[in-house]
Amino acid sequence: MTGALFFSDSVFLENSCYKSIMTSKTPASYSIVVESRPSAIVSVFEQIQSKLVDHNFGKDDIFAVHLTLEEAFLNAVKHGNKQDPSKKVKVDYSIDADKIEISITDQGAGFQPETIDDPRFGENLFKPGGRGLLLMNSYMDMVKFNEQGNSVHMVRYKEKPFLSKNKSDNSDTQN
Amino acid sequence: MSTIQPNISVEYVKNATIVSFTDEKILEEKDINSLQESIMTVIEQAEQINLIIDFSHVKFLSSAVLGLLIRVSKRIYEHNGRLRLCNIDPKIYEIFKITRLTKTFDISKNVDSAVKELSHVK
Repeated sequence: MTGALFFSDSVFLENSCYKSIMTSKTPASYSIVVESRPSAIVSVFEQIQSKLVDHNFGKDDIFAVHLTLEEAFLNAVKHGNKQDPSKKVKVDYSIDADKIEISITDQGAGFQPETIDDPRFGENLFKPGGRGLLLMNSYMDMVKFNEQGNSVHMVRYKEKPFLSKNKSDNSDTQN
Repeated sequence: MSTIQPNISVEYVKNATIVSFTDEKILEEKDINSLQESIMTVIEQAEQINLIIDFSHVKFLSSAVLGLLIRVSKRIYEHNGRLRLCNIDPKIYEIFKITRLTKTFDISKNVDSAVKELSHVK
């Protein structure tokens, strides 16, 4: 229900995107509504990738965001919208110098993430599916679903190369 | 000897069949399905296959490919064959580690060591 309201209140057109920048300190935020088919994420990622590069995010960050987007988007299309071509997926994201935040919302009934089995143990290790959520949790610093379970909000903070290489020397980092 | 099929190339070295993924990114469902079909055909054509999957071109994959590998490995074991993966990019190896698939799959550094390991064991 929440998802349906979320969409009906929106004025987004298919594959449209708009950008809002409030002040110089507010992160740029974007919202895109795309068709519910797996390949629709390609152009969304390309857009996000160019913004990550603009904000000096490194290769590890880009790899992590790419993987997470693929997994979350496929979940939205397959498990959320159940491959229904009349449904849409909404991707909201914002980027600043330190982090990227992404929300992916589908028009499905939602699910409870705690009911998903851990794919790393027992028989699950030999099952073909069920690893998307684990990868999302592993590659993002925060992953949170709404109560209905049809919208996931994820945050990744930029890797700090100086800090990770030499923890005792923070003098070169900008914060 | 090398034959090109959509998304894979197949090569035969000693007693091993080497399948290389030729795409840098493996994401699209239809690509994954066609990959699976191609590999399953290679498995069915051989008796007790020693299959090496070479990832040297692959820079990015998602969990859907892990599912493909599990289905392939099951088919191979049903046919009493053996499977080794090799040339996995460190970033992709990390995905295998996170999902604990490093415990399920036999992974070699490169094709040469995979061929050696397959000729020693059994």
